[in-house]
Amino acid sequence: MNRTSLVERLEGILGPGGVFHRPSDLLVYEYDGSVDGAVDTALPAAVTLPTTTEQVAAIVRLAHEAGLPVTARGAGTGLSGGAVAQQGGIIVSLTRMDRIVEIDRADRTALVEPGVINLELSETTLPQGYFFAPDPSSQRACTIGGNVAENSGGPHCLKYGVTTNHVLGLEVVLPDGRIVWTGGHADGGPGYDLTAAMVGSEGMLGIVTKALVRLTPAPEATLVLLAAFGDVDAASHATSRVIGAGIVPAALELMDALTIQAVEPAYHAGYPLDAGAVLLIEIDGVVEDVRALGEEIAAICREAGATEVRSATAQAERDLLWKGRKMALAAMGRLAPNYYLHDTVVPRSKLPATLHRVDEISRHFDLPIANVFHAGDGNLHPLMLFDRRRAGDVERVLEASKEILHYCVEVGGALSGEHGIGTEKRDYVTLVYSADDLAAMAGIKNSFDPAGCFNPEKLFPKGYMCGEVRALRAQAMAQKLGIYAF
Amino acid sequence: MAVAVEAQGNLLRLAGYSGHDVPEDDLLRACVHCGMCLPSCPTYRLTGQEMSSPRGRLWLMKSVADGRLDLLDPIFDEQMYQCLNCRACEAVCPSGVHYGPLVEAARSQLEQHRPRPFWQRAVRGLAMGWLFGETKRLRALVGGLRFYQRTRLDRAVRRTGVLRLLRMEELEAMLPPVARRALVPGRERWTADDGGRSVRLFNGCVMGTVFADTNRAAARVVARNGAAVDLPVGQQCCGALHVHAGMMDEARTLARRNIDAFEASGDDPVVVTAAGCGAALKEYGYLLKDDPDYADRGARFSARVRDVTEYLAEGDLVPPPRAVRRTVTYQEPCHLVHAQRISTQPRKLLRAVRGLTLIEMKESSLCCGSAGVYNLIRKEMADDLGDRKARHAIETTATEVITANPGCAMQLRASLGRNGSTAHVRHVVELLDEAYGGPRTKPAVGGESRR
Ligand SMILES: Cc1cc2nc3c(=O)[nH]c(=O)nc-3n(C[C@H](O)[C@H](O)[C@H](O)COP(=O)(O)OP(=O)(O)OC[C@H]3O[C@@H](n4cnc5c(N)ncnc54)[C@H](O)[C@@H]3O)c2cc1C
Ligand code: SF4
Ligand code: SF4
Repeated sequence: MNRTSLVERLEGILGPGGVFHRPSDLLVYEYDGSVDGAVDTALPAAVTLPTTTEQVAAIVRLAHEAGLPVTARGAGTGLSGGAVAQQGGIIVSLTRMDRIVEIDRADRTALVEPGVINLELSETTLPQGYFFAPDPSSQRACTIGGNVAENSGGPHCLKYGVTTNHVLGLEVVLPDGRIVWTGGHADGGPGYDLTAAMVGSEGMLGIVTKALVRLTPAPEATLVLLAAFGDVDAASHATSRVIGAGIVPAALELMDALTIQAVEPAYHAGYPLDAGAVLLIEIDGVVEDVRALGEEIAAICREAGATEVRSATAQAERDLLWKGRKMALAAMGRLAPNYYLHDTVVPRSKLPATLHRVDEISRHFDLPIANVFHAGDGNLHPLMLFDRRRAGDVERVLEASKEILHYCVEVGGALSGEHGIGTEKRDYVTLVYSADDLAAMAGIKNSFDPAGCFNPEKLFPKGYMCGEVRALRAQAMAQKLGIYAF
Repeated sequence: MAVAVEAQGNLLRLAGYSGHDVPEDDLLRACVHCGMCLPSCPTYRLTGQEMSSPRGRLWLMKSVADGRLDLLDPIFDEQMYQCLNCRACEAVCPSGVHYGPLVEAARSQLEQHRPRPFWQRAVRGLAMGWLFGETKRLRALVGGLRFYQRTRLDRAVRRTGVLRLLRMEELEAMLPPVARRALVPGRERWTADDGGRSVRLFNGCVMGTVFADTNRAAARVVARNGAAVDLPVGQQCCGALHVHAGMMDEARTLARRNIDAFEASGDDPVVVTAAGCGAALKEYGYLLKDDPDYADRGARFSARVRDVTEYLAEGDLVPPPRAVRRTVTYQEPCHLVHAQRISTQPRKLLRAVRGLTLIEMKESSLCCGSAGVYNLIRKEMADDLGDRKARHAIETTATEVITANPGCAMQLRASLGRNGSTAHVRHVVELLDEAYGGPRTKPAVGGESRR
């Protein structure tokens, strides 16, 4: 199919306002939120903006027929290059499918289209006493579809769990254009849990066109503690002690001095500028428990060497404390023109040692690294600050990355807590997954998308899918024909 | 900036930026493309498309700088002017990107390099350069408008359908009844009851003519709160319209004249009643940063500028004696809330009025679609935003929509009317003035006392 007829047929499905194909119109679809890191950009052949599931299915069928790659895109805030069309093809942007279809108060669920913005779902349901618990720091911009595809987490996932714990069912357009529903109102159900397979699949198994998500009752009381420490070490020890005491805060976040310097002048959140690190700890529940736990945690922090412990209960005060944290990543732009961050997870007991190692790496490569992360579940976000235009900077960042990732995996950690693998970390997956692990995943990919057209060049190491998929396809073919060649 | 000039057919193609007012590389590179600004952008909200988002527009600007996109590519023109320059993106950007100056420079580039038909240049020159270049001319025109409204000529003209023909219908629907007399600097003054403080009022072009009575209300309220008010002679239009249209030279000329006019009054606060003017005046320092004679003076002038709501909320407001039993809602002008980050102050003032019920509307800080002259050039997008705003305002059941900028006032008036609402649109200070007892309580020296 040549370009002209592709565009004609896409316009037949969507009308002229729903398709972009002029080269200069495609420029702004060559990146996502990771573009300032180490991820490559790529231009799609066309961008489509459907408004219905049927349109999505028609686009996918057309792509299937033409053998073109398809990449789903939400708000493009992803940090691993997930929404970048690495092999060109068609981008399906879901931003115009942004209706909250139904809120079911009795069942505490919401049925939403994938383009609904995370925070706006919570803002809509909060007056009725409910919220959507996964709260990535990007929640004011990112979409539910993107959250599902990346299995996103956020500060409050320490207590409430990540996206997968809040998705009950999905309407999905499969790579051949069929529309299916996975899961449903009832938990569990016999058979394979296809909802679970879809969550975190990085847009490689299907396009989510509707999501049935769980709503969480808003807690009766909420308290945020800000504890300042002389250095990161003391703060991470305090973290271990809080968790070690059997307390599960709603959130437990750590910010180091560099982060405080980026955030405080911009948001005046009230973080002490002379602190070496601060912990932001949120507790929620019934009034009495919250008060008692707050006192207990404050005591633990003081014992662990906190120089100051403050608490906030009023909504406005709490919001301000959180705002600084939530804006921290992007606020790094104030310290350097580019940043690149990792998303590794280490066992909580290894936090202090890991932070030491990160500090060593920072000094070794002469590369400022800021730390702001979900300390409660050991999910690090070391942010490397650099200037792409300075010779050697990108190389140093990549080298330092390798060291950090290696170390985290060595101490028993994982490559990504919540940002996904995408293109960005695909070459590191062999650090954590064996050949057999990968083959098992490739098997799932292959049964959903035998042609390998959905979001290619993601997750699996470079070159992996082509060979592997071909082999699997040959195997399937052989079995079908009754030839058992191996 | 490398400039490769290449002739393609008859069209001169330019790669990169050249000439004056180039989008600054450092400002551009502050964007880390995180996307946090997307949901705040009205044009992104309406279209869902990346090129209509702040991040997309910044990427386009960067692409031109990098020589990957032609300055004269239609998408560049389209996006730089589809942007409302409402600065909502700037207010939420965690990385501190100064979006306003960037889009203004990009527009200036287009103005410098884009071939425009002769007649378009002539009309722009006449409207923006000649008419707004000298306040006297605008006053004369507005005088004519008042005559048109007063003599009921408007009804007759409307019947002829000529307005529709000239596509001036919307313009007419927006226009409020024009003030009886323009406010002329030097002719009216307001004395304070006590205290030796004094304040210089910035008159503005539209505010000083069409909305002259709003300026008078502001002056009375400020005087009630202990500061004498006068208007330095020689002041001109602030030049915001010119900056937004990329007509930087014209804007700089006006800025210099205003700085000259206000310099004699030392460090007295310069109080402004139009959010759009205030934002522009506060950026004179930046506008003139490359002018050796005016850079410092511009910065000093900018430091004196206060929006009237900002000024009044700084101190303790003298309690207004009269109760105003009414339900109102507040619409935040973009250039107040986003460009100047003034949001609590007007509300504080409204709360000081006894009997008043303030019901917040949804999305009160989303642009109403006015954006200078945007609603005249890009009617469709502006109408969509206006309708959205009107719906939110109507939902509150308020009988008055309070705002603080003439452009918003006109857009709201038209949008509310189109959506079947009879709610009035007023400036914060008009409501305060009413609570203080209005014109009779505070005689002015000069013009106003002559009535
Ligand atoms: C400043 C900042 C802070 C962040 N903080 C966090 C954080 O705290 N926690 C966290 O988990 N993440 C965080 N992120 C990463 C990112 O915001 C999340 O991954 C988010 O879920 C992506 O949503 P999106 O709508 O932007 O998706 P996109 O970036 O557009 O897409 C992400 C992936 O999802 C796929 N996809 C999108 N929509 C669909 C769909 N409907 N069906 C199938 N696949 C789809 C895409 O193909 C792509 O692979 C942060 C990002 C930024 C810039
Ligand atoms: S919020 Fe700021 S840094 Fe982020 S994309 Fe928008 S302009 Fe760029
Ligand atoms: S100024 Fe307003 S319209 Fe323009 S990009 Fe920013 S938010 Fe969007």
